[in-house]
Amino acid sequence: MKTTEDKLLDDTAIIVSDGCCVQLGTTPALDDVTFRINKGKKVAVVGPNGGGKSTLFNAIAGLVPIVDGSLQINGMNPKDAKGTISYVPQRDLINRNFPLSVKQVVEMGLINKSSLNLFSRKKINSKIKEALENVGLAEKINENINNLSGGQFQRVLIARGLAQDADILLLDEAFSAVDVGAQEDIMSLISDINLDGKTILVATHDINNLEEKFDEVLCLNRHCCAYGDPSEVLTKDVIEEMYGSHFEMFKTHTPESHMKNND
Amino acid sequence: MIEIITEPFKYDFMVRSLVTAIASGIMLSILGPFAINRNMGFMADAMAHATLPIIAVGVFLGFSISELGVPASILIALFLGYIIKNSNVGEDTAIGIIFSSFFALGFILISVLNVTINLEDLLFGQILAVSQFDVFIVIAMCVAVVSLVIIFFKQLLFYSFDPIGAEVKGLNTNFLNYLFLIILSVAIVASLQTVGIILVLSMLLIPAAASKQITDTFVPSIYVSIVFGVFSSVSGLFLSYFFNLPSGPTMSLVATSIFVICFFISKLKEVRV
Repeated sequence: MKTTEDKLLDDTAIIVSDGCCVQLGTTPALDDVTFRINKGKKVAVVGPNGGGKSTLFNAIAGLVPIVDGSLQINGMNPKDAKGTISYVPQRDLINRNFPLSVKQVVEMGLINKSSLNLFSRKKINSKIKEALENVGLAEKINENINNLSGGQFQRVLIARGLAQDADILLLDEAFSAVDVGAQEDIMSLISDINLDGKTILVATHDINNLEEKFDEVLCLNRHCCAYGDPSEVLTKDVIEEMYGSHFEMFKTHTPESHMKNND
Repeated sequence: MIEIITEPFKYDFMVRSLVTAIASGIMLSILGPFAINRNMGFMADAMAHATLPIIAVGVFLGFSISELGVPASILIALFLGYIIKNSNVGEDTAIGIIFSSFFALGFILISVLNVTINLEDLLFGQILAVSQFDVFIVIAMCVAVVSLVIIFFKQLLFYSFDPIGAEVKGLNTNFLNYLFLIILSVAIVASLQTVGIILVLSMLLIPAAASKQITDTFVPSIYVSIVFGVFSSVSGLFLSYFFNLPSGPTMSLVATSIFVICFFISKLKEVRV
């Protein structure tokens, strides 16, 4: 892992959305969404339920069609950029009935269309081991995933993305259903990975202290309410635009009110 | 003792039955662990029942059940896969509609076309009646199913565990979905003469469920499932021969007995821990 000082500032855009529109059935799920994420950024994607966070991830991953505008990943259409992205979907979309070992899950990061055999090779084993060492779970390599805690399982899925050596890591609701300690572990892991130049997008409901955890925040409520430095863009107006009548619940989380509390 | 074991194989029909039982046991129990972990029991049952109208029309046109096997199973898999993906009534409901309506259509066709089919054999299996040709077809289907599972094992596992992750990684998930439905359908249709439309589900699910009770991870659960599946079908065949019992139900009950034993072993393990 690189240190903070070694981290290269790279202003090259890796995800560019220009008026992107996505429709689910007849309902517009994303409407005229415009933003530009540079390489190596750690971005929080926030917004209400149904605000389009997962839809945006699905669009970036090439899983849903763009009906209007454009979305470019590394200069390519999302469908052509598959393989450069690792997606950790919401927990309930993964079938944990399968009694898989940690090794088998991480190995999935190395599987592609031409993976046509049953047996692991030495090179694959070393990549799996390295990815698990990076997430601090090397000793769990042969453990059944059903014996892991929620936080450990998230780390295994992140290790899968590391084994894949993906440029972009999408984490949908990475902090849901894990305790505070595990949330901190995952956040610290995300920061370490980010130091290696990966671009990381995390969909989250938690808007507390975003400025301490993320480089940028993308505020979504079907359209892009704001995008930029969390300490600048998370204003009362933006929060009200996202959460509407529930704004009262979040008003203490604006940068201004944080500063007031600290005083 | 050895004479007792080899005694049934003085008869050609018992040799043919043994080979068919082993092939069916392997095919169904290699797919069973995928089916139980993906909750596809109802789907598999629908596949078996949906064969009835195809068999009715096929036999009316002069084909044997073995000759109909491959086209029927591909047709059923593609049809079920398409309807489930494109219907808006939910997967369970769509499967239920196809299951019951195809089964009903099958009975109506058998009656209207005046087809000579022994329904009891079709529903519960009649392994002792398999011909040499049937044996070749079942062996070919078994080789095809096992080969495809081995070749696409990693991709099928990835898709079954995390379909979204697999698609983002660039796997052809549409192909993998239909591939699995087709090989499952082939295994089911190829085993109809062994255990019949109703009991084929028991040979698909029970060895896999028993294996899951006593194994910790997925790959060993497949090996153990195959051992249980083959043991159930072969010992069921022997028991049916010596005690003059119907073969399909005997195989099914042997598998159930194995499951009960494994269930109690896993409970004992839990108590000790």
